[in-house]
Amino acid sequence: MSEREGVLALLRRTARHRGAAAGMVILALLSVAALLAPAIAPADPLAQSLDSGLSPPSVGHWLGQDKLGRDVLSRLLHGARLSLAVGILTVSASLSIGIAAGSLAGFLGGTADRVFVHACDVLMAFPGILLAIGIAAVRGPSFGNVLFALTVLGWVGYARVVRAQVLKIKEMEYVESARAVGGRPSRLLLAHVLPNALSPILVEATFGIGRAIVAEAGLSFLGLGVAPPAPSWGAMIGEGRHFLFVAPHLVTAPGAAVLLTVMSFNFVGDGLRDALDVRDDAR
Amino acid sequence: MRRYVLRRVLHAVPVAFGVVTVVFLLIHMLPGDPVEIMLGESAVPAQREELRRELHLDRPVLAQYGEFLSGLPRGDLGTSFRSREPVLREIGRRFPATLLLAATSVGVAVLVAVPLGVLAAMRKGRAADYLSGVASMVSLSIPNFCLGPLLVLLFSVQLSLFPVGGYGTARHLVLPAATLGTGMAALLTRMVRASLLEEIRKEYVTAAFARGLTGRAAVLRHALRNALVPVVAVLGLSFGAVLAGSVITETIFSWPGIGRLLVQAIDARDYPLVQGCVLVVALCTVAVNLATDLLCARLDPRIRYE
Repeated sequence: MSEREGVLALLRRTARHRGAAAGMVILALLSVAALLAPAIAPADPLAQSLDSGLSPPSVGHWLGQDKLGRDVLSRLLHGARLSLAVGILTVSASLSIGIAAGSLAGFLGGTADRVFVHACDVLMAFPGILLAIGIAAVRGPSFGNVLFALTVLGWVGYARVVRAQVLKIKEMEYVESARAVGGRPSRLLLAHVLPNALSPILVEATFGIGRAIVAEAGLSFLGLGVAPPAPSWGAMIGEGRHFLFVAPHLVTAPGAAVLLTVMSFNFVGDGLRDALDVRDDAR
Repeated sequence: MRRYVLRRVLHAVPVAFGVVTVVFLLIHMLPGDPVEIMLGESAVPAQREELRRELHLDRPVLAQYGEFLSGLPRGDLGTSFRSREPVLREIGRRFPATLLLAATSVGVAVLVAVPLGVLAAMRKGRAADYLSGVASMVSLSIPNFCLGPLLVLLFSVQLSLFPVGGYGTARHLVLPAATLGTGMAALLTRMVRASLLEEIRKEYVTAAFARGLTGRAAVLRHALRNALVPVVAVLGLSFGAVLAGSVITETIFSWPGIGRLLVQAIDARDYPLVQGCVLVVALCTVAVNLATDLLCARLDPRIRYE
């Protein structure tokens, strides 16, 4: 089976999970909307119109206007670009570090593995986005700082999963055979062990994008995400919650966007887990 | 058990030491000058020098680290830049409120999750299981900063049942605890269901059925007790996440706990206080993780010999 056929077969198996199928459709639509945001957004997301601030949804502004009169729908669409970018870039950076660190620790064993396990234990002691809050607070709000803050802790989960997989796979007979015929350690790891260790990572990364989107939105909610006035779903909720009595749409619209996006990633992750029949060995 | 306790405590010590080091590095090794960030660009050089001296930032990093470490056993986490009070005293004043909120959230989450998880497992593949699965997925996917304002909108603005925020009575506790506990309840529900389904397949449960026990009796009297060991582990490991989640929940509901203190410290650029809050929450997490491991080993003796 070619690689392309393999991916298609995996997608088909994932789509058998009804939630995952719905999630994939929603994420596809969201990605298209995010990519085309500059073309399809009804207004400039930064254009202010102070005299119509806090206006409810209307024909001209489907999701209403915020306190500065900015179009909520346009900000939501541009915010989707930011959320997806943060999710994908954070997970890509975390995956790169996690796969490198976890595979080396698992494959080399000994001191390298012990140092790795202790480093993970220390970083895992910082719950949720606490360390990211601390880092973002010190470095200040910006897109780059959000990515950095989320990656500092984000790689640990992937690394632990990869390490557990590598520990299991490197003892398998086919790897032993490759070693017996003189395979170099680097080739054993890259050609034989790692490709077979990545299924659980795919599942973990899918959940990870959702987690990163929530974390970015949480940081932005606290004023520690991307610098204003850039549209971020978390910042929109953070600003909107002060006007719950007069303009509840400022919270419900971005709230629904976050919920729908994260739920879609979670459903797709569940579907992928079923399709790949992955059990989490790292925990 | 004593050897296991010793082993786990000895493992927790370097982790705690590592946490202290990471928190120290958080302020001292990141790019940018903390003094400049605290005072802004308008400060004159003399002000900067004075603050640098006050925070001991004019000394070599290793000396600062040694000073930071030596102060910890005495509870010296530095002095708040904003209030000029010892950081630990400020945190100590706020900590009970956070503990009350976290404990209530966890308690409610357990009370909801265990019956719901048992029901879903016993009705596997039926409507109750499906509904519980959907509810869990929605609850897991909705972040605190979305759920909190939505609960305020529904229960405070529309129905006027609970106050929008504040502290002092049981009514003030309901919405923050619901916000903080919902995700955990969902996670536990899924965990109870999965763990119970795994136990039900085991031979001792089949034997209980063979002895004539009803399904409910076999599950509740035998399987559930064993199914709860991994649930206790998840509960303990999630407690840290609840403490971290309190940062956002306390901000939404103006709850005077350590999470809100952290946000106020960030707004005021009070870095000793930021450092203290992060350190205390992380060390609490290490302590709770340790306690959880010990409790699990007590509940399931096999863990001690792994």
